[in-house]
Amino acid sequence: QHKRSGECQNDNCRPLSLSGHVGFDSLPDQLVNKSINQGFCFNILCIGETGIGKSTLIDTLFNTSFDDRVSTHFQPNVRLRAQTYELQESNVRLKLTIVNTVGFGDQINKEDSYQPIVDYIDAQFEAYLQEELKIKRSLYNYHDTRIHVCLYFISPTGHSLKTLDLLTMKNLDSKVNIIPVIAKADTISKTELQKFKIKLMSELVNNGVQIYQFPTDDETISKINATMNGHLPFAVVGSMEEMKVGNKMVKARQYPWGIVQVENENHCDFVKLREMLICTNMEDLREQTHARHYELYRRCKLEEMGFRDTGPENKPVSLQETYEAKRHEFFGELQRKEEEMRQMFVQRVKEKEAILKEAERELQAKFEHLKRLHQEERMKLEEKRKLLEDDMIAFNKRKAATELLQAQAFASTPSVSLKKDKDRKK
Amino acid sequence: KLLGMPQTPRQILRASPEETPRDANPANVGLELFGYVGIEAVLDQMRIKTMKTGFEFNLMVVGQSGLGKSTMVNTLFKSKVSQKPTGPDYEERIPKTVQLQSVTHVIEEKGVKMKLTVTDTPGFGDQINNENCWDPIIKYINEQYEKYLREEILISRKRKIPDTRVHSCVYFVPPTGHWLRPLDLEFMRRLSKIVNVVPVIAKADTLTLEERAEFKKRIQKDLKAHGISVYPQEDFDDNSDDRILNNKIRDKIPFAVVGADKEHQVNGKRVLGRKTKWGIIEVENPAHCEFPLLRDLLIRSHLQDLKDITHNVHYESYRVQRLNESNLLVLSPINGLLGKDEVESNL
Repeated sequence: QHKRSGECQNDNCRPLSLSGHVGFDSLPDQLVNKSINQGFCFNILCIGETGIGKSTLIDTLFNTSFDDRVSTHFQPNVRLRAQTYELQESNVRLKLTIVNTVGFGDQINKEDSYQPIVDYIDAQFEAYLQEELKIKRSLYNYHDTRIHVCLYFISPTGHSLKTLDLLTMKNLDSKVNIIPVIAKADTISKTELQKFKIKLMSELVNNGVQIYQFPTDDETISKINATMNGHLPFAVVGSMEEMKVGNKMVKARQYPWGIVQVENENHCDFVKLREMLICTNMEDLREQTHARHYELYRRCKLEEMGFRDTGPENKPVSLQETYEAKRHEFFGELQRKEEEMRQMFVQRVKEKEAILKEAERELQAKFEHLKRLHQEERMKLEEKRKLLEDDMIAFNKRKAATELLQAQAFASTPSVSLKKDKDRKK
Repeated sequence: KLLGMPQTPRQILRASPEETPRDANPANVGLELFGYVGIEAVLDQMRIKTMKTGFEFNLMVVGQSGLGKSTMVNTLFKSKVSQKPTGPDYEERIPKTVQLQSVTHVIEEKGVKMKLTVTDTPGFGDQINNENCWDPIIKYINEQYEKYLREEILISRKRKIPDTRVHSCVYFVPPTGHWLRPLDLEFMRRLSKIVNVVPVIAKADTLTLEERAEFKKRIQKDLKAHGISVYPQEDFDDNSDDRILNNKIRDKIPFAVVGADKEHQVNGKRVLGRKTKWGIIEVENPAHCEFPLLRDLLIRSHLQDLKDITHNVHYESYRVQRLNESNLLVLSPINGLLGKDEVESNL
């Protein structure tokens, strides 16, 4: 028997006033401390053509030097290269994974360019889903590889989005938070930039591309986020080289006509990007990935596998049925694989048998052949022996005849000369 | 040697991009930042987020009637959480079977909102025959896990799954001064397997400090002898710092507590306490009783940990057990290829 008095409907619970300090105001700190102990994960995907400045921008954003490798323009297809780094700032440990698209936009035929990216993002969701569905799982120390933000690098043509850009973003906007940036913004003048930004945003809107909007529901950050939303896409310049401007060393790019300072807000939007991406909205990006994009993936995937929340008569499907169905499917799959393996095995055995039989036959033939040869040799030898025997008989006959003749000759000559002959014979 | 196994779809999916984060650099590269980036701002972001969503905390109190459970809860949260009238004139009707009654309140302190649910268990241990009086309690706790599990496996699930799971069960041990009674042992043994049990010595003002220390030692020995693992459990210490901190707490468990919801004047200050002819027992005075330690453990320092252990350990155990149960109803594995263990890890 269970009674619930003071039953709460959603958040309209009976409020109670405290007559003194209880101390649960330390809860946010308790939670934060736990997170500090665990560390944070953040995964950035950079999409852009080769040489557009992805690696440089990431280096500049995190004020460090990541991977130095420069890619060629001759990749046959688009690949994704992911690298994980451990960064630490004061007591915050960040496991940062940077995923770069290698060879994006380089092919002559770009039809398949965006598919590897979609596949990669889905694969990370799938890995998480698999872990979540396991019976014995350990989600709390799972290394989350799901992409939290996608920085899309737009070429600074000054005109409009490329078809490839539109196509790619359209295929990704329901799977990942997209923040478009205008790369190498130091090639565009201020007025051109304004027109370019407006054109880009209107193209995105007209094509129904959902880019990430900085959240405006929390009063502390809604104002700045709303302002920043109006500056999208951010025009960025990246550089790790330092130059002396005034009496400070600043990150900049030096041209004959002047110095473009990366952290000067009049020169480019780099500071805005860093502010929004890292300082203000990192947590929201992670949450949106988990609560929106991942949930969508999960829902679609489970529905695709045939699971439903309500059965055929609109009655809720029990937990048992859900897992049994999955188990049946799994067994079916297992059976099929087993059958496949068995077939393969039988096939291999047959092949091996055939080979062995063939070898045996060959061996037998050789043996017969050798036997025959041997036989022939033997016969030849027999013949030779016979000849030899005949010869021997003939020789013995002649010898006997000669001896007889000698004996007769001996009888008719004097004994001295016989002795001499004998000596001579000896 | 087995022939080349066809890859599962999952393996193919993960392998198609050239490197996956897990394989890319097995020893993750640690890099130094050349200057301030602003990563630590994520802590503030997290703080803001949690302040907005608020916290939930579900506490259960178990013990015979008259041990001061309701008063203790009121003292802990400095408000009239329990709606039971507490006073000398109140005659409590002891129910014939163990009931579970929950009250939920929203309390706020310095901008932090907490939805507190306190579940009381009148009738526990009050009957003549108390066999299996823990069953309704175990059933309730498991029901909350079940509720959460069902929400979690829905296809379209809520953004925030309502959490009614019991995060901590405070068990009130009567201050006999001797040993734990069979009922205490039975209860704690069963429940410490499914929920965080925090035993306390109730109405500790009937024990002198020496008696208290002796009682505690005996209880600790008893718990150890019976393999009862109460909160904070040794197995779940995260790191050595945690262990040191928790060892200090484990030394003092069970806390000897006194509850009071009336204020009295002591040395010019208003303090919560019990007034007797021989003195005023100050509830929040560590020299008098260990209530502050209980409050610190439950609320000020380990509240999040209680929730985490409930979610990561107890709930997961329940889930594993529940999902394996369905296994019994499935046809026996085809061709005897798969044992139960393999099914467990392969789902």
